[in-house]
Amino acid sequence: MKIGVVTFPGTLDDRDAARAVRIAGAEVVPLWHADANLLKVDAVVLPGGFSYGDYLRCGAIAAQAPVTQAIVNAAKGGLPVLGICNGFQVLVESHLLPGGLIRNEHQHFICRDQRLRVENVDTAWTNQYQLGEEITIPLKNAEGGYIASEETLKRLEGEGLIAFRYIDGNPNGSMNDIAGLRNERGNVVGLMPHPEHAVEAGFGPDGAAAMRSGLDGLKIFESVIKAVVNA
Amino acid sequence: MSQELNNSVAAVDTVAVAAATPDKHQPWKELGLKQDEYDRIKDILGRRPSSAELAMYSVMWSEHCSYKSSKIYLRQFGEKVTDEMKKHLMVGMGENAGVVDIGEGWAVTFKVESHNHPSYIEPFQGAATGVGGIVRDILTMGARPIAVMDQLRFGAVDNADTARVVHGVVSGISFYGNCLGLPNIGGETVFDKVYQGNPLVNALSVGALRHEDLKLAKASNPGDLVILFGARTGADGIGGVSVLASETFDSTGPAKRPAVQVGDPFAEKVLIECCLELYHAGVVAGIQDLGGAGISCATSELASNGGAGMRIDLEKVLKRDESLTPEEILMSESQERMMGIVPKKDLKAFIALVEKWEVEYSILGEVINEDRLYINWHGEEIVNVPPRTVAHDGPVYHRPVEYPTWIDALNANSVNAAGLNRFADNATELAAQIFEVTSSPNQADKSWVTNQYDRYVGGNTALAQPDDSGMVRVSEETGLGIAIATDANGRYCQLNPYEGAKLALAEAYRNVAASGANPMAVTNCLNFGSPENPEVMWQFKQATAGLADGCLELGIPVTGGNVSFYNQTGDVAIHPTPVVGVLGVIDNVARRIPSGWQDEGHNVYLLGTTRDELDGSVWSEVVHGHLGGQPPVVDLAGEKALGDLLGGASLQGLIASAHDLSEGGLAQALVESSLRFGVGVRVWLTEIMERDGVDLTAALFAESTGRVLVSVGREDDVKFVGLCEARNVPVLRIGVTDVKGDDALLSIKEVADLKLTDLRDSWKGTIPALFG
Repeated sequence: MKIGVVTFPGTLDDRDAARAVRIAGAEVVPLWHADANLLKVDAVVLPGGFSYGDYLRCGAIAAQAPVTQAIVNAAKGGLPVLGICNGFQVLVESHLLPGGLIRNEHQHFICRDQRLRVENVDTAWTNQYQLGEEITIPLKNAEGGYIASEETLKRLEGEGLIAFRYIDGNPNGSMNDIAGLRNERGNVVGLMPHPEHAVEAGFGPDGAAAMRSGLDGLKIFESVIKAVVNA
Repeated sequence: MSQELNNSVAAVDTVAVAAATPDKHQPWKELGLKQDEYDRIKDILGRRPSSAELAMYSVMWSEHCSYKSSKIYLRQFGEKVTDEMKKHLMVGMGENAGVVDIGEGWAVTFKVESHNHPSYIEPFQGAATGVGGIVRDILTMGARPIAVMDQLRFGAVDNADTARVVHGVVSGISFYGNCLGLPNIGGETVFDKVYQGNPLVNALSVGALRHEDLKLAKASNPGDLVILFGARTGADGIGGVSVLASETFDSTGPAKRPAVQVGDPFAEKVLIECCLELYHAGVVAGIQDLGGAGISCATSELASNGGAGMRIDLEKVLKRDESLTPEEILMSESQERMMGIVPKKDLKAFIALVEKWEVEYSILGEVINEDRLYINWHGEEIVNVPPRTVAHDGPVYHRPVEYPTWIDALNANSVNAAGLNRFADNATELAAQIFEVTSSPNQADKSWVTNQYDRYVGGNTALAQPDDSGMVRVSEETGLGIAIATDANGRYCQLNPYEGAKLALAEAYRNVAASGANPMAVTNCLNFGSPENPEVMWQFKQATAGLADGCLELGIPVTGGNVSFYNQTGDVAIHPTPVVGVLGVIDNVARRIPSGWQDEGHNVYLLGTTRDELDGSVWSEVVHGHLGGQPPVVDLAGEKALGDLLGGASLQGLIASAHDLSEGGLAQALVESSLRFGVGVRVWLTEIMERDGVDLTAALFAESTGRVLVSVGREDDVKFVGLCEARNVPVLRIGVTDVKGDDALLSIKEVADLKLTDLRDSWKGTIPALFG
């Protein structure tokens, strides 16, 4: 089981995503932005950060990178792809997921432990959760406000394409409290919160049992291993 | 830049021209030099300097770069040390940052630096580039930067200008630090009207490296190439270092066009990864970042440190603006640039790596076997100087020192002498004061600030705000990690700068120990008023002596630091604010200690002794608006014993939580420890009052040092108390932790039952209400 973790110039959470993949039990394959060769990976993670300095628009330049073009093509063929934060922005800019992400409504960067509800478990990245499960995942972004046209929102809601929703407070003004989306096929998932920061005891969000004990992000990476094995 | 300098560069002022026109008038005064300094430059060179040489000497001999007023005092940090203290020191003071051996083949480097003056003029970019600069210092040592912290001082919350500075500074740090991918693990935010026109923006960074990766800023092998890489050189920050940092803000003074640098964190992030790959490939023999004084500093320091010379063709510098003059290029403080010394045989590998990261570079020249720095401009020699005279032989001042005329009266005006109402018999009033103190701007929750910073990135953050220190894992294999805490109390230092500096050291030391780490090294950022004021120099002399003596007593060395003078508006200086950072090591971050209780039914102990010490306290400020008397007494032997006890107890897993007592005293610590996880506590104070002979006011609000509040599981009780007694650390059981949830209480017997929900609302509400 090989999972590719992409590094663009300005990517920040690539080492964290790689650690999460390892903890979940898969092999990490680093993918470089300038190289369109996906090295036969079974799935891809687009990690968080400020690819290309967030110049132009968050994720807009990364969407044009050689590696992204290859990932978009492969995703259309069913390759599981996860976009976290800046990676979610790249997926939206690549039109693998609809809508857009804009500046948080309060205009500040926000870093906090965020409560989420898992809204759909029929995807390559969420199949290990229970439907409606409530989880805590660190959130950290300045451009996390999800927007879409009324028509798109209706379709997202109607077709069950919302993967995660913010609960106990919408942190950034996202429409319909949307924290993450899936595509129709279920192989592509994008979300603003950072599941790779909730995979290792001692370094995650505060949990009910103890300080920094939260591991709610791990199931995302375990889900894709399950999905690939069963495929 | 003055008209004269512009005119003088219209035709290039070469070394030959300088030799031929000895009497030409030069704008040395406008560049901040004194007559005797200008004369000395002429003595060194045997002629007048060319305008490029004048530019170099003026920036390198400025207060900011040369430490000319502070040097004679900073020496004691290198002198008041024992061999034992130096045992773990791989690189001491004088380099970009000190390096400490933390074992297992790992080393860490850390330093704190000021960016005060630019941050008042342009808070966003001033603070942003402050982060950028300190991170490059860490990178220069061969280390991967692993965390940042910020020590901020702002003006009064009710002053209309404060919000401008707060918003700018916090967003600048957020913008730059978050984009670098460095967790922000803590810091300080203090408001006081003394910082109104002089906010303090200090930035700390820490990095980790394998022993063999250590890099030094020196060029010692003739023939090696001098390569400038990273961002292009522009007109930003020209003269910034000497003009901004060496001139006091004074509305009646001459108008100076501010020259604040502009930062691009994306360029710096790419530069970090690029440099780490260059180090790993072993293709740089020496490296220096470009910060204050830009190329003037990098070339002269690299050559001087390496005992060699350099020949540079300055026109090869890649520029953002082709109209820049050679003098401007030498002085430019454009950010995100590095200068590498690369052996010719490694050039190909060097180029392959910088091109991989799409980082621009230009080969400026090479290292030569001669004690000379030659700089040419299109074939004409414009600089010909001994590098050491620029980099290290700057002026040394013995500034006049005077005991302040006002300080005896201030010290005499203690809480008791002033007859302040202590409300010692009025439990209702004291309960109200707990709310007043903990919701005051300096004691209130700072998460409005820290939530704008990424504390998770890297996946190694073991502790961050609001715990006592920030802690980061260094080795994923073993869990080896480091903890850092910084402290400074300007009010204490105003009362007594010698004791005040020791108090800052003691508190940072205690904070690190309370997190379970073993304190090992010290950095500092000394923020003071004008050195031209003899009373300020007295404060500086006292504070540096206090810090050096304190470090000697605790047995931990100062590894580096920074001085920021001229923090004053008109004649009014800030309170002396020596920010002290202590670095600790922990063998496994898994045994770190949080600052609040997580479980019901644990015993709560107060370690240390409470004295009637309310002078300079938060209570005296918040309740009475008073500052006078003497700060609390420091007992460093006691601090050491306390630290050793906490380390020992943590190793045995006896402590569930630990929180140091400092500003706001026991009341503040009880509130914070309860709110950390929302777990209540039942506390009684009578035994403290009886044992230590203090009244209720002192028991709640005194800021006596050497105290820590700990919670201990019942099963570890006997062992823990035995350990305290064996080590002679005063220990007193003062409470039991209670339930969590909406009904949780901080119940202080015979004082009040305070609902945690109410305490949280008031503690958390202050800062958002002011700035949110």
